[in-house]
Amino acid sequence: MSSIDVSGLKKSYGVREVLHGISFRVEPGEVFALLGPNGAGKTTTVEILEGYRDRDGGSVEVLGADPARAGSEFRGRIGIVLQSSAVYPLLSVTEILELFAGYYSGARSVDEVIALAGLEEKRKARVRTLSGGQLRRLDLALALVGDPELIFLDEPTTGFDPGARRQAWETIKGLRELGKSILLTTHYMEEAQALADRLAILRDGRIVATGSPRELLSGAEGVEIRYRRNGEEIVVATDEPTRVLHELTSEALANGYELEGIEVRRRSLEDLYLELTRAEAGVG
Amino acid sequence: MRLFLHELRVQQKIFWRSREAAFFTFLLPIIFLVLLGSIYGDRDTIGGIHAGTYLLAGLLGYGIVSTAFAGLAIQLVVRRESGVLKRVRGTPLPPRTYLAAVIGSTLLVIGLEAVVQLLIGRFLIDAELPRSPGAFVFTLLLGTVAFAALGLALTGLVKSAEGSSAIVNAIYLPMVFISGVFWSTEAMPGFLRAIAAVLPLTYLLDLMRDVFIHEDALSSSLGAIAVVAVWGAIGLVLALRMFRWAPREGMSGA
Repeated sequence: MSSIDVSGLKKSYGVREVLHGISFRVEPGEVFALLGPNGAGKTTTVEILEGYRDRDGGSVEVLGADPARAGSEFRGRIGIVLQSSAVYPLLSVTEILELFAGYYSGARSVDEVIALAGLEEKRKARVRTLSGGQLRRLDLALALVGDPELIFLDEPTTGFDPGARRQAWETIKGLRELGKSILLTTHYMEEAQALADRLAILRDGRIVATGSPRELLSGAEGVEIRYRRNGEEIVVATDEPTRVLHELTSEALANGYELEGIEVRRRSLEDLYLELTRAEAGVG
Repeated sequence: MRLFLHELRVQQKIFWRSREAAFFTFLLPIIFLVLLGSIYGDRDTIGGIHAGTYLLAGLLGYGIVSTAFAGLAIQLVVRRESGVLKRVRGTPLPPRTYLAAVIGSTLLVIGLEAVVQLLIGRFLIDAELPRSPGAFVFTLLLGTVAFAALGLALTGLVKSAEGSSAIVNAIYLPMVFISGVFWSTEAMPGFLRAIAAVLPLTYLLDLMRDVFIHEDALSSSLGAIAVVAVWGAIGLVLALRMFRWAPREGMSGA
């Protein structure tokens, strides 16, 4: 049985339709990323799966239950990191984790979760004294303390500096090794590329591409060659970089000019993402 | 029950650590009792009752509304808008258990406050003590539950954390003055007395004063009890319809 099975999911706010019937599955032990620009419908999707919002159409199964109707038992099996941090500012890190641990029947040890989130130095600090990055790690710790089977991470690293982001990635990779299923939303393509087994790109409430990072890239032309000619930036995308480079350099040598700033690189998921989300932007 | 006590303990910790809440809801009614008691306490009567006893009963009622109604409403709006309630709603803790613990915590505060007020009343301003402890406890419970229900309903009217104190104070401070916490309503102009005649605090105060005067206050104040209970029931119905767990600004977000 899939951890998450979404089929034809629709949602409107008033007359504005924000999800136009999307479908995807997340298998047990998989890290699945929902990618898309702001307003694409990522958070709406996640909040329907978490049981916070009702849907207008389609079917949704999370851990075999319908989150719109599921109760305490269901919420005991999922872990949630919301888009913005929200905890009692007057409690300490240890106190809030102990409070949340008490809500779950099979909670993990608070010390273990503090270590996993890298908050050992802050265990006695009041929540209101934590930095943005530390708060985010506390959110993650709170999501893990109930030892959930499935974890929702809604933009877990937004606002992080690159070092903190790498650190968070290591923590999330650690969760995958524990066999957890993870649904992650992000608008950082490199984050999806680093973490996700599979991903779906969402734009204006529709899934415009889905698959593993490798599958998504294999369809596209694999290498990009950039250089400047008379001050103009020229980009050539190709599957045959050897031949194209040879032609370009032969021509340059024959005519005695330089390929200024020449750069040859594999296309990243970022390039694909920008193409897919930019191409028809404004249409929906 | 285990979950309720677990949550109650932490709610108490949060309340006492929040200095503003502890001051306005716990300390202020006590300070007012000391101040007003030292001014009027041993001189005259108010509304035909010994002045110290009148003030003690009035400020016990003030303690109930400032804690169970105003304090609770502001606290829950702030928690809702900051996303704390939404986060709690995503855990296996049943929502009813959470609200019961939050209200239970205000009840503990009110109970402790009442004990301090009774001691001040007895030893500082020569007030009487309640004739029947049972009737006194019943009155505290009835007032707390009814005003907590109204407080929960009120959160539905307040859209932002910034506006919560302003709106809540705009509703509850006039009620405190009109209902006769500090002085007898008999001296007020007719239109104010007409408003006072429908406010729940007026009847809670009637009942509270009766508890200090008559041994069988409950049976002689059935009308007042009924009015407070009806207001509480209205609050409960409105709370069930209007209480929200998610922040307002998040309602339409994608």
